[in-house]
Amino acid sequence: MRENKHHVPETVERSLESTLESVDSAEELALGMAERAGFDDEDLMKIGMAVRESMVNAVVHGNKYNAHKKVRFSVSHTPQRLTVRIQDQGEGFEPESLPDPLAPENLMRTSGRGIFLIRSFMDEFAIRRHEQGGMEVTLVKYSGSK
Amino acid sequence: MSVKLNTRQVGDVSVVDVAGRITLGEGSSALRDALRDLINKNQKKILLNLGEVNYIDSSGIGELVSGFTTVTNSGGSLKLLNLNKRVKDLLQITKLYTVFDVHEDEAGAIRSF
Repeated sequence: MRENKHHVPETVERSLESTLESVDSAEELALGMAERAGFDDEDLMKIGMAVRESMVNAVVHGNKYNAHKKVRFSVSHTPQRLTVRIQDQGEGFEPESLPDPLAPENLMRTSGRGIFLIRSFMDEFAIRRHEQGGMEVTLVKYSGSK
Repeated sequence: MSVKLNTRQVGDVSVVDVAGRITLGEGSSALRDALRDLINKNQKKILLNLGEVNYIDSSGIGELVSGFTTVTNSGGSLKLLNLNKRVKDLLQITKLYTVFDVHEDEAGAIRSF
């Protein structure tokens, strides 16, 4: 794998199928760029997990595995940060409506921890309804952050 | 590699050795099936050995919670063994670490049932 020694900004964009295989593909793309950008093992783990959780949300909850719906994925980096954007073509939802997975009454739920984990692992996380429909998440990891 | 499971008996304790990735899809469903199988066989003491688990996502955590709840509600006990740093950290940040009875050596875990 070529190392981006000169920190040349790089961007990769893909239109992915709504399958679990796409989750693997997105994780691989993000980790490949993160590794070239010089992120250490701990940050690579966090980035990988955040991308997987975001992709699962897009594929499973957003697009509901619909073969006619795509997931727009992009990952880019500058010397300062790695940015991942994931957009689904689902119905969308209100992020404020998500239950707090750490609340005592929710602790033993079998789902609902994805976004919480993403926020825990990334330095910035934004989620919004995209003007073209569906939800878009933006994940940012700062270079050299812990 | 997804997940590999091996179930063995140590006295009346069912030890499930889990290796690989417990993620949405094949990994989490394999764990679910293994636990369901033990519950259907009326096994009351289940020890999940996660020493070889190198990756778990929120779906995998959900399966641990589901298994714990199901076993507990059926009058049994499900415990965890050999958590690596990644799994331990995940359980801690999701406030689940204190829900489970976690052990670092198998003999001690077996005795604790």
